[in-house]
Amino acid sequence: MASESVPVIEFYLDASSGVSPYLQLVHQVRRARKLGTLREGDQLPTVREVVASIAINPNTVSKAYRELEHEGLIAARVGVGTFVTASMSDADLAPLVPLRHDLEQWLVRARAAGLDDEAIEALFRTAFRSAAPVAS
Amino acid sequence: MSNTALETTGLGKRYRGRWALEDCTISVPRGHVVGLVGPNGAGKSTMLNLAAGLISPSAGTISVLGEQPARDAAQLARVGFVPQDAALYGWLSIEDHLRLGAHCNPAWDGTAAHARLAELGLGARQRAGKLSGGQRAQLSLTIALAKRPELLLLDEPVASLDPLARREFLGLMMSTVAGHDVSIVLSSHLVSDIERVCDYLIVLVHSRVRVAGEIEELLATHHRLVGARSADDAAPVNQTVIAASVTDRQRLLVVRSDGPVVEPGWIIESVNLEDLVLAYMGQGAVRQDPLATVPVAS
Repeated sequence: MASESVPVIEFYLDASSGVSPYLQLVHQVRRARKLGTLREGDQLPTVREVVASIAINPNTVSKAYRELEHEGLIAARVGVGTFVTASMSDADLAPLVPLRHDLEQWLVRARAAGLDDEAIEALFRTAFRSAAPVAS
Repeated sequence: MSNTALETTGLGKRYRGRWALEDCTISVPRGHVVGLVGPNGAGKSTMLNLAAGLISPSAGTISVLGEQPARDAAQLARVGFVPQDAALYGWLSIEDHLRLGAHCNPAWDGTAAHARLAELGLGARQRAGKLSGGQRAQLSLTIALAKRPELLLLDEPVASLDPLARREFLGLMMSTVAGHDVSIVLSSHLVSDIERVCDYLIVLVHSRVRVAGEIEELLATHHRLVGARSADDAAPVNQTVIAASVTDRQRLLVVRSDGPVVEPGWIIESVNLEDLVLAYMGQGAVRQDPLATVPVAS
């Protein structure tokens, strides 16, 4: 197996975090991109390499990569590997602005109704759950 | 060809009047890495021994890769089994073990086995009896993998290993899954290992299957509910209570959600695998189950 260079990212798992392994991998890639340790064009280790180094189910790695690909953070090139893509452009961020504005207005109303932060969070979580798309 | 790795109907095994496994009905599709968890004496080893064909059922049926376990040599060749004590012959060398394996198994992959042992730094002339626990476990797994099995059964494979040996062992196992089409059933006490390597869970308690399913689906359909204690204390609609802990004011439930929570007043949180396993094992429930301390046979 060709491993000509040092891997650009070393994954690890924190068993005590309570966060599912697949999300931990997703978070690590996201964070490395924010920190700039992963740059555009960097090649991520293959599923097999990750599996062998941190003893994790291959499906978990595939799932994390799929999620990151879906978010547009990485792109798979068939037969070549998985690469880090360009950072999010302003165009991608545009839809977030009005959503954030709505949420801020809602928060003002919630505080006006006497809810403290914890009550707001509990309410949000409850609504988030009950409105969650049904898993197939 | 059957696409189930393991299928049982009303499966039971009785030892001198005591049911080691009872009324077990599961159907595990191929291609999964299955974690078998439960307290000591819950029936994990019994289930694995039944699947390996080392013992026969007292009740019900079991089929492994679509066939009766140990029905003939061809069926045996399709299944690899690593028992709890890494059954090796202490006075035989590593080389002898490989020769024995090659002799007994038609699809033996000696090249891969030798390469693997070289990687581990194990010399062919070393006697199995002189190896460390980690090395014995690796040799045992290497032999089981050299059979090129379609199903690999492992009974507490990492229980006696130090953290580094455990990691190497699981790493080899997962590399195999990534490279070949193999299903795995392993029993373990360590939920953190299960969470790492498994995508399917079976919880055995008191000789019975409490829950079985794909881990992702189980986590998506189980929740922790926190609510005020009400007068009637009925279970929330659409929820099956798995474990409950009640104080004067508050109720803390782990539930299987068959639909969204429609009653207001509950805070809904997600559970992790450990919460889920503990809930099914009866810990975190309000009443201490007296059966939980039954002495074990293993």
